[in-house]
Amino acid sequence: MMDLGKYAAEVISAWGISLAALAGLVWWSVRRDRRVRAELERTERDHG
Amino acid sequence: MSIWSYANPRKFLDTTAPWVPWLMWLSAVVLAVGLVWGFFFTPEAERFGSSVKIIYLHVPSALMAINAWLMMLVASLIWLIRRHHVSALAARAAAPVGMVMTLIALVTGAIWGQPMWGTWWAWDPRLTSFLILFLFYLGYIALWAAIPDPDGAADLTSVLCLVGSVFAILSRYAVNFWNQGLHQGASLSLDKQENVADVFWIPLLVCMAGFVLLFLALVLLRTGTEIRARRIEALRNRARRTGAVRA
Repeated sequence: MMDLGKYAAEVISAWGISLAALAGLVWWSVRRDRRVRAELERTERDHG
Repeated sequence: MSIWSYANPRKFLDTTAPWVPWLMWLSAVVLAVGLVWGFFFTPEAERFGSSVKIIYLHVPSALMAINAWLMMLVASLIWLIRRHHVSALAARAAAPVGMVMTLIALVTGAIWGQPMWGTWWAWDPRLTSFLILFLFYLGYIALWAAIPDPDGAADLTSVLCLVGSVFAILSRYAVNFWNQGLHQGASLSLDKQENVADVFWIPLLVCMAGFVLLFLALVLLRTGTEIRARRIEALRNRARRTGAVRA
């Protein structure tokens, strides 16, 4: 484990929050895209 | 072929859909290289210690926070002038991405500021204009969600985007306008004298490239989602109208 010295808490929390926010954004975007694609298929089948 | 042919939703989807997975993977690889390089293979800075590693997330996210809004501005102007629905939907698609980038810039800046400046927050020109930009992002997203008529929502959000652009530009140049702020000047400049040292600068450039690619991938993906969602709405409205005529 690398030694981050006296700023370890700041560095780890900044990186943790940022990477979690980026991962959450990607996950939410991909999930919503899949749901909308599936819904469009259903809607086109029913009303298209 | 004219660029305006991509304003056709079908043409836009057919052209961009194959690119999205490639852009996603490319952004993941470039980001991984830049972030691993920045975190594990760069030294501590003389004045800032290991806290310098926060710049690999703070600077690229701040860059994208401003540029996402400028991209939304261009798309909004296209909507207002030429009434292309894809451009309005692209602006809508970019807003949550820009909002998350602004949030990352604000949070990482506060975390870095606490040990360096002795405070999480100061009403410094750049920090304040960034906070206002974040509030504009929230307002923009809320306005889209609040107005049921899509064209009316696109009109009003485009006007909001024009107004918010003042703060997007201000947040970029605030450190040049006012000297009394805590925030230091730009970390990157065309003038090599003003740049951070190469050992930090090169991985930072790689991280910035990764953020730009991720932004592009997400905006293309999310614009496709918005186009499909609009198509669902149109099909349902048509079915409702047909049902009403039959009844």
